[in-house]
Amino acid sequence: MIVLVPDVHRTVDAAWKLESAKIVASLTRMVRDVGLAEELAQDAVVAALEQWPVSGVPDNPGAWLTTTAKRRAVDHLRRSQRLERKQEQLAHELEQQHGPDATPDAEPDDVLRLVFLSCHPVLPTEARAALTLRLLGGLTAEEISRAFLVTETVITQRIARAKRTLAERRVPFELPERDRLAERLSSVLEVVYLIFNEGYSATSGDDLMRPGLCLEALRLGRLLAELAPREPEVHALVALMEIQASRAAARTGPSGQPVPLHEQNRGRWDQLLIRRGFTAMLRARETGGGAPGPYTLQAAIAVCHAQARSAEGTDWTRIASLYEALARILPTPIVRLNRAVAVGMAYGPQAGLDLADSLLADAVLSDYHLLPGVRGICWRGSAATTRPASNSGGPRPSRRTPPSAPSWSGARTRSATPHRRAGRSGRPPTTS
Amino acid sequence: MRYLMTTKPTDTAPDEKLYAEMGRFIEELTAAGVLLATGGLEPGGILVTSSGDEITVTDGPFTEAKEAVAGFALIEVRSQEEAIELARRFRRIVGDGQSVVQQVFGP
Repeated sequence: MIVLVPDVHRTVDAAWKLESAKIVASLTRMVRDVGLAEELAQDAVVAALEQWPVSGVPDNPGAWLTTTAKRRAVDHLRRSQRLERKQEQLAHELEQQHGPDATPDAEPDDVLRLVFLSCHPVLPTEARAALTLRLLGGLTAEEISRAFLVTETVITQRIARAKRTLAERRVPFELPERDRLAERLSSVLEVVYLIFNEGYSATSGDDLMRPGLCLEALRLGRLLAELAPREPEVHALVALMEIQASRAAARTGPSGQPVPLHEQNRGRWDQLLIRRGFTAMLRARETGGGAPGPYTLQAAIAVCHAQARSAEGTDWTRIASLYEALARILPTPIVRLNRAVAVGMAYGPQAGLDLADSLLADAVLSDYHLLPGVRGICWRGSAATTRPASNSGGPRPSRRTPPSAPSWSGARTRSATPHRRAGRSGRPPTTS
Repeated sequence: MRYLMTTKPTDTAPDEKLYAEMGRFIEELTAAGVLLATGGLEPGGILVTSSGDEITVTDGPFTEAKEAVAGFALIEVRSQEEAIELARRFRRIVGDGQSVVQQVFGP
């Protein structure tokens, strides 16, 4: 029997990623500055990298990191130049409360506070996404940069600037006031879904860091659903992501070419994720009182697709009415075009074409690059060849015609060595 | 990536402390979006053997009960190291015994 000697660096990284949200959250509570909190937490990681190779990996790596980080924070508060008696008292109290050796847990709300902080609307969306992956997911700047296909410097600067903005604008480490909750929450959900879509749009030949974003977003979403269980849109976003992720393996062919929804092998849809999606959707329905929000409608559309045993069994009438409701609250070009396709599927090509043509009159849409494609889909009008490219992502202009049937219907090549790197999010392994 | 952790049965009966700690652990992993499914398995079970054209169904208990699986957890993590770290935490709670951690492929 061979005892597996842990790679210390990777072990530190794993322990950090599992605990980072809680550690940074509780340190932010202590020092009231998220930038400083993260620096102090990183000090603990550096200490682990120095000490564990010598002392061995501690019995409880996560607790070790937490304890060490908290000690740094207590030390910092003590050392602080503007040491006032009050602060010393605070440091003392903190030590009393947690004891440096205890396993101090962040209050659950602290992690939620951290989410709201890193997704604060004072920050540009891309900064929110990078900061959230950094603070909540524990990803390094290098990992984030690979995921977003930019240089590490860009991400480092983006995160630094975001922290500075939060400090300058004195954004408090607090949950939003009730009257601002909806707006703040939608800012959070936007970031989570953006992260998910970044990963979802990655093709199989890409760095695994990109599909890995789907997992990061799913984790964030599931975490949010526990932290804010009474928010229907949170559950709906989780449902939407679980169901979309369930199709990850089926949506690319053996050579990495995209396979549109209606041509996907439904046997390769991940039933576990679909069921999780359905459960999340039920929660969204149970908690939702008023009119359904945009994520609830999108998730409901995803549910329709997931429920259909075959492409032909899709309930297009229901999907068309869901898109109609969605187009009213979220009249983006994609949604309106998808609605046209759904209407065409439900009520015949002419109905879809009429709707698509009416979009031509719209200044925003008339030169929109997808419109001709949608009109084309409606023109062709045959049930066998038309479907929106994805349930909510809409028809995509770059979607090439799938290769002729024989080249991929015969061999479901999952490559000779699929298992070594079976994607982080259950995506098919790299085949190209 | 997904890992399945299976645990072999032990002789020691779980006490209240273990129940409470395990409950917290499961709750934490669920909240973190890591734990996808978990459950305990009946001892013994039914053995289905195929040999040539013949399929035999045998009812337990079996002598190799110790080699059987008593419980499982399906987790979704970023790396093998994360899976190992979670398995370590699990073992610390349940005490002496063995678990097997295997990566899950597919669907």
